[in-house]
Amino acid sequence: MISIDFILLVSTLMMFAGVYGFLTRKSTLAILLSIELMLNAANINFAVFNNLLFPDGHEGVFFAIFAIAIAAAESAIAIAIMINIYRQLQNISVDKLTKMKW
Amino acid sequence: MSYTLFILLLPLFSFLLIGIVDLDIPKTGKVWSHKVAGLIGTASLGIVTILSYMTAYQYFFCTPRLADGTLPTLVPYNTTWLPLGDLHFDLGILLDPISVMMLIVISTVSLMVHIYSFGYMHGERGFQRYYAYLSLFTMSMLGLVVATNIFQMYLFWELVGVSSYLLIGFYYTTAPAIAASKKAFIVTRFADMFFLVGILIFGYYTQSFNFSFAGTVEYADNVAHFIPCNPETALVKNAAMTVLPISLVLMFIGGAGKSAMFPLHIWLPDAMEGPTPVSALIHAATMVVAGVFQIARMFPIWIEYAPQSLSIVVWVGAFTAFYAAAVACAQSDIKRVLAFSTISQIAFMMVALGVCLPGHGEHLNHSGLGYMASMFHLFTHAMFKACLFLGAGCIIHAVHSNEMALMGGLRKYMPITHWTFLISCLAIAGIPFFSGFSSKDEIVTACFQYSPWCGAWMTMVAAMTAFYMFRLYYGIFWGTENKEAHAHHTPHEAPWTMTLPLVVLSVITVGTGVVTTLGGFLNWEWASFGSIVSASGLPYTVHFDPVVASVSTVVAVCSILLATWIFKGEKQPIADKMYAAAPRLHRWAYKRFYMDEVYQFVTHRIIFARISRPIAWFDRHVIDGFFDFLAWGTHKTSALIKGFQSGSVQTYAFWFFLGTLLLLLIMLF
Amino acid sequence: MNAQDIMFVILAVFIVCSAFATVISRSIVRAATYLLFVLLGTAGLYFLMGYTFLGSVQTMVYAGGVIVLYVFSILLTSGQQEELRSTSLKKTVMGLVIALVGFGVFYSVLWMYGFPVQEFAASRFLNSPDENVITMQTIGENMLSTGKNGYLLPFEAVSVLLLACIVAGIVIARKR
Repeated sequence: MISIDFILLVSTLMMFAGVYGFLTRKSTLAILLSIELMLNAANINFAVFNNLLFPDGHEGVFFAIFAIAIAAAESAIAIAIMINIYRQLQNISVDKLTKMKW
Repeated sequence: MSYTLFILLLPLFSFLLIGIVDLDIPKTGKVWSHKVAGLIGTASLGIVTILSYMTAYQYFFCTPRLADGTLPTLVPYNTTWLPLGDLHFDLGILLDPISVMMLIVISTVSLMVHIYSFGYMHGERGFQRYYAYLSLFTMSMLGLVVATNIFQMYLFWELVGVSSYLLIGFYYTTAPAIAASKKAFIVTRFADMFFLVGILIFGYYTQSFNFSFAGTVEYADNVAHFIPCNPETALVKNAAMTVLPISLVLMFIGGAGKSAMFPLHIWLPDAMEGPTPVSALIHAATMVVAGVFQIARMFPIWIEYAPQSLSIVVWVGAFTAFYAAAVACAQSDIKRVLAFSTISQIAFMMVALGVCLPGHGEHLNHSGLGYMASMFHLFTHAMFKACLFLGAGCIIHAVHSNEMALMGGLRKYMPITHWTFLISCLAIAGIPFFSGFSSKDEIVTACFQYSPWCGAWMTMVAAMTAFYMFRLYYGIFWGTENKEAHAHHTPHEAPWTMTLPLVVLSVITVGTGVVTTLGGFLNWEWASFGSIVSASGLPYTVHFDPVVASVSTVVAVCSILLATWIFKGEKQPIADKMYAAAPRLHRWAYKRFYMDEVYQFVTHRIIFARISRPIAWFDRHVIDGFFDFLAWGTHKTSALIKGFQSGSVQTYAFWFFLGTLLLLLIMLF
Repeated sequence: MNAQDIMFVILAVFIVCSAFATVISRSIVRAATYLLFVLLGTAGLYFLMGYTFLGSVQTMVYAGGVIVLYVFSILLTSGQQEELRSTSLKKTVMGLVIALVGFGVFYSVLWMYGFPVQEFAASRFLNSPDENVITMQTIGENMLSTGKNGYLLPFEAVSVLLLACIVAGIVIARKR
């Protein structure tokens, strides 16, 4: 029997894998990958709550679609910034990006 | 009589002109600001004097008396300065017998001092500053006496304090002058605090700062008609009845500070550090009589609402008179002698005011004798004491010292000074046909009416006055000449600018004395001081009580003879024997009965050490410590947590997640 | 245990393993590849739920677009694989603590909430996927309607966002 708890287990694991990655990774691109993980976990939750708790509506699906769109936009901008930074500093390690700190 | 406004404006204007404008013309090379400053100051004062005399003439002789025979109270100028609801602070000019009399006294003495200073201050640095201060002082004093209400009086009262501070500290490069000016300022300011409290209490309960019926004294049978501002509120009236004596006594403390009454007298002897003409102006004629004037001004209220409290004035005055006279007998600095003599004489005026009791019916004038006598003595004392101080200035000018030991035998070098000094000494001693006789005799008569003991006491003090004044006189002009000191610097008579005021003042003294003495014995109505100033406002003819007059004359002559016997000779065996017989007494008197040391002890050992220092400790360690602790805590905390602001995104994220989790947990449970 | 359950278990294991691999992998290109697996697995989950449109969007946008973008940028900025390895111990501990505690808290909350299991057994989930399918027509109508279940405003907002994103991407990454 597949219950909602199993799916939520999957998404929660994915979420905290993302958190772990966010906290430990050095490369900003790797951090962005972790963020994608977290977003994806949220999307799964949207879909599954819609499907199992409120099967008559479509809110979860639409929210997931919008979230995907926004995530795509976010990663595009983030990658643009990273490329720019790399061009300036030849480095995208999160520890080294201190040029604009003070 | 709107020109009276110029009496205040002219000195103010000359103060601003002399004080601000640089009167030297550049590039001429000649320093002539001295003369210009002096001339401007003297000229404006001269005009003020003329205006004052005109005012007096118009007031006393051209203004019709009121129906009941009293002189009217005129207010030629009045403006509301600060309206505060029902209360309002006015500035204006009030003319009544005592204020007009004071105008004459102040402007005359101040003009004499201005002229005198030409010679005395010649070549001093800061000549211009000196004249600026003189103008300021004169302005403040004139403003004080013509004040229309207590608050204006207080305003000018404080201005007098400030300008006297500036004048006493004129030689601000010498330490004693600085100390003296500070002392004078602090002591009088301390007393003024009581004055202010008194004014505020008075203003609060009577809803007015006016001495509304000053000048038209009525010895009412009952007091119900007073406090016209709020007759409907009986409660306030009753409260005012109990509170008025308190406020009046508080004001008296302020007056006692300015007039150097006993516990607050300590500033006056030290204030002799100022230039001698300043002493003549401040400590003879003007500032020190401010207290007397204040009581005279508030006198109608005193007599009607606080007649019992007047005994405080009597006690303080009587004690001060004796104390100052005793100290004056032992001083060796001639200005100190004069200073203590001033204290003593001011105390005479205080006593005279205090012994003035309310009376009714036909006794009305008689019981108000003290008031008239006090004002009369104020007038005569101002003249002869200014003359004495200015004479002392001439002597100091000639000898370059204040010490009596360096003088002696000066009469042949300085004839004019000698004669004027002698005249003033005779006046202060109370010899008939000199002005002091008439006024002092009235005071003693009033004291005898109050209580025989009081009269006897004051007669004794009068005798002491004669004694120490002639001790001073003989010590300066007779006695052993200090040949050693005079050898390399022969004393010489002062220039005419200095002797002229002496002559003028002594002529006034003699003239007043002759006229009033004759008038007193022969009942000349026009020659009586009481015809212009009296407690009731009605003309009052002075006629001497022959017993009192003869007794006081005899006493004065006896003490002069005693002083002559002791101090006139080249050698003074009797004086030496007296010193030897009672060295401790002499020493005590010389040290002014250690009053300054008592103050020193009280302020330093008790107030500073027992009160101020713990408070300071509390302030420094508890109050400051608390804020230091706050700063320290902030600093330490920030040092502790500034590591959080690492700039590392992942650390921030860590704390963010942690916080989120904690918040979640808190919300769940 | 029917076929769909088996499918779900396979997908779940696949997703979780790939997710872990994404954050642990020392090579960033590999991490990106593992992320691609995660996304594809998620798309599979959507298909399993009957959300075919969502699944295809996930595949196209995420797997097809974003990951390609990542790989390109990684290749542009790479050459520093060794940096990935040198994660400090402190950071690892920090991450582990947060991740484990967070997981514990979150999942226990979800668990304790007690979603009604029995209803799911009888629900349409996975048993009758066809009934779950949201047709393209529904989605299109909802996207462009302003009534109930209409999403015109967010749709327009997202389109503006994407436009801004395009412009910004060009402006920022452009060579000066």
